[in-house]
Amino acid sequence: MSIALEPTTTAELVDAVRSAPRVIAIGGGTKPRLSRVGDGFTRISTAKLNGIVEYEPSEFTFTAQAGTPLRDIVKALAERGQYLPFDPMLVRAGSTLGGAVAGGLSGSGRFRFGGLRDFILGIRFVDGEGRLLRLGGKVVKNAAGFDLPKFFIGSAGRFGVLAELSFKVFPRPAASRTLRLEAADFGAKVKLFAALANSRWEIDALDAPLEEPAVYARIGGPATALDALAAEILGRMRGMVLTSGEADFFWLTVSELRWAHSTGVLAKFALVPTAVEAFAARVRACTGARGWISAGGNVGYVSTPAGTPLPDFGTVGVTLRGDAPLWLGPRTRFEVMNKVKAALDPQNRFPDLDERE
Amino acid sequence: MVKASTTGQGMAAVLRRLAALLPAGRILQGPAQMAAYESDALTAFHARPLAVAVPQTQDEVIAVVRFCRDEKLPFVARGSGTSLSGGSLPLENGIVITLNRLNRILRLDPEQRIAVVEPGVVNLAVTAAAAPFGLHYAPDPSSQSICTIGGNVAFNAGGAHCLKYGMTSNHVLGVKAVLGTGEVVEFGGPSREQIGPDWTGLFVGNEGLFGIALEITLQLLPRAECYHTVLAGYRTLEQAGDAVTAVVASGLLPGAIEIMEKLALEAAVAAVHAEYPPGCEAVLIVELEGPREVVAADRVRLDEILAASSPVEVRPARDAVERLAIWKGRKSAFSAVGRLSPDFIVQDGVVPRRRLGEALRKINEWSRESGIRCANVFHAGDGNLHPLILYDGREPGALQRAEALAGKILRMCVEMGGSITGEHGIGVEKRDYLADMFSADEIACMQRIRAAFDPLTIANPGKMFPSAEAPALTQHGLHPLEKAGVISRE
Ligand SMILES: Cc1cc2nc3c(=O)[nH]c(=O)nc-3n(C[C@H](O)[C@H](O)[C@H](O)COP(=O)(O)OP(=O)(O)OC[C@H]3O[C@@H](n4cnc5c(N)ncnc54)[C@H](O)[C@@H]3O)c2cc1C
Repeated sequence: MSIALEPTTTAELVDAVRSAPRVIAIGGGTKPRLSRVGDGFTRISTAKLNGIVEYEPSEFTFTAQAGTPLRDIVKALAERGQYLPFDPMLVRAGSTLGGAVAGGLSGSGRFRFGGLRDFILGIRFVDGEGRLLRLGGKVVKNAAGFDLPKFFIGSAGRFGVLAELSFKVFPRPAASRTLRLEAADFGAKVKLFAALANSRWEIDALDAPLEEPAVYARIGGPATALDALAAEILGRMRGMVLTSGEADFFWLTVSELRWAHSTGVLAKFALVPTAVEAFAARVRACTGARGWISAGGNVGYVSTPAGTPLPDFGTVGVTLRGDAPLWLGPRTRFEVMNKVKAALDPQNRFPDLDERE
Repeated sequence: MVKASTTGQGMAAVLRRLAALLPAGRILQGPAQMAAYESDALTAFHARPLAVAVPQTQDEVIAVVRFCRDEKLPFVARGSGTSLSGGSLPLENGIVITLNRLNRILRLDPEQRIAVVEPGVVNLAVTAAAAPFGLHYAPDPSSQSICTIGGNVAFNAGGAHCLKYGMTSNHVLGVKAVLGTGEVVEFGGPSREQIGPDWTGLFVGNEGLFGIALEITLQLLPRAECYHTVLAGYRTLEQAGDAVTAVVASGLLPGAIEIMEKLALEAAVAAVHAEYPPGCEAVLIVELEGPREVVAADRVRLDEILAASSPVEVRPARDAVERLAIWKGRKSAFSAVGRLSPDFIVQDGVVPRRRLGEALRKINEWSRESGIRCANVFHAGDGNLHPLILYDGREPGALQRAEALAGKILRMCVEMGGSITGEHGIGVEKRDYLADMFSADEIACMQRIRAAFDPLTIANPGKMFPSAEAPALTQHGLHPLEKAGVISRE
């Protein structure tokens, strides 16, 4: 593919968008399938649109350019005792803030307080006509105008190129504990999901690897309180508390998708807990495939080894890397979707919503 | 904007055909029958619609909307009509589609913690249905005992817990809707995860301009086990503001942080016999919530912070009764202030939290200069101001002066980097201020998106976007339900 344009200012970004009939934005390239489009697209890298524009810890908000690596954001927030509670993904792999939004990839922590959609406040983006637009706001509460910032979550660069994003953040809890709870099979795991999710304990994250007979739950808060809560949980469910080293390693395995094959197809699916068992069975039936369940049974990941095609899961998903259709599962294309696409990108400068090209 | 260009006779025929769509008695046309639909909680404004349709099923709503499309007949969806910004104000050349009878909770799944509801379900009814399972529906506008989920979705309603839990949009997982085009769409679904562009997120907060929500999937959350609610009185507003800053800087994440100013305090004392420490200019309310062990640890820190914030007095609620008393004073404050004055305008602007003190100083300064009384009660945790601007509509020019002050406050919010509305929406009330927040290009972009959903501009026309067609609007007095003490304003 051609060398990417590398705008260094929003003005240059506008020029870049206007410079070619078909363009696609590229962030850190950690979810390559999202930006794998046909020939004839000019790639616009956000690499040089990099930097935190505003960060006011007392406001619980920051604004950063789209190409800012999540790594820098996570670090700046941590220095002030704050964080994005959804556990941003592929941080070490080099994901950018804009790429995370366009890819719609939240993380395990989305279980408690919600994902990207629940923390995004505002965006500046360049639409298909090359207009620089700012929608949403920079304050934690705002109901003015249509919620384009949310709409851009998971939009995969189909409606515009993000230039700048504003987010809400939270204070990071003083401590956290990760529990590994035994569950023989997925029937048992789903029961644990429900029992933990509906409890008084306020679980932050709830994940289950496919290959292991266990569910992992994380709680956060003052250390003394967590020890009491962990003891109570272990009084009711078989398991153990991980050391902080083990816990860090575990959550990095999830957020960096390190459990997955390094090649082949990696895809994410939207699930409901009652569908988890069937989902897991399908993954198992595919030789060499690995899987992961996140957000208490609301998210499923599948990774197949190179050369093994992705089985049909009959549920909606998106391919993050590897050779499979971008959008997976049954989707209804409503007429209004084409109309909204045309409203933001009348000349179809960005890739089509479906992959018809 | 669509004009009823049809002649009187032609319109009579249109309405006859409309009446044939629904069983007898469910198209209201008599002035007496329609009286209740002529305004919303922006009570000064009335408009008599051509008719009010009272569908009972989703199919009936779809049929009526498609009829409107075919006839280019504007419609306004209506929940309980509690909009404070004129969102559900009818159109004289259109009909109202009232959704109160679509009030079934279609599904409540405690294991997956979701509810699927029709739009006319009342906000609090969702929590009532979820409560036996230890769950609740988090968004809690103070009109929650009466407003509908459909109205909440249209306005992205907020409440007292937005900093921690977000607004309506953060709790809506899926929406089925009939659009202005007549197309029936389904966005999102029961999963808490979305794949592809977040259509559900785009739909929520559309102020009724995209179409009518028919079915909404909501996420439910476990109810917090334990609360710790503290009321602290301060000699100056500045000190109360500094205390908020200290709480926020401490790393605590309270469920609610609220401030009431002197005039509001006096009103609450008079109205509901609330009791506050004497000699206070401002009162701060902070509420922690969570598992009891977490609250126990957090409250030690909160108590230290508050003790160091030079309060006149700190009063923690010792039990549920005292907690409710604190909230009663807070929630009644606005209707209580309303009693001090025949008329008032409520504002809903947002400023960055660190500029709250500055914003309130300005409001008070303008209030003194203009001789217009102004009571402040606000969601300090998220910078959402609710200044109540008091005036007497019978006094010539008073309304205009009050409006001028309201406008000044909104512009200040925008200049400070905030917003013209935190939760009450633009409606007709603030549409002329949209351009203060967004450029012409940005407004045009939103109009194109609106046209994608509603190309004929029949779904709630005249709202949200600046328009020369409707008269300038203001609000007088209490909503009838507030007067009756059924709901209170936040
Ligand atoms: C005393 C009082 C206190 C309040 N407190 C708060 C508060 O704390 N926080 C807050 O956010 N708001 C508050 N409000 C404002 C109001 O209650 C909310 O905006 C609420 O969401 C409106 O719900 P409703 O059912 O009354 O809707 P309506 O007023 O009937 O309609 C509101 C808008 O929604 C549209 N609409 C209604 N149903 C549908 C549907 N099914 N599909 C599409 N569009 C639809 C209407 O066309 C209209 O534009 C308060 C109002 C009052 C009177």
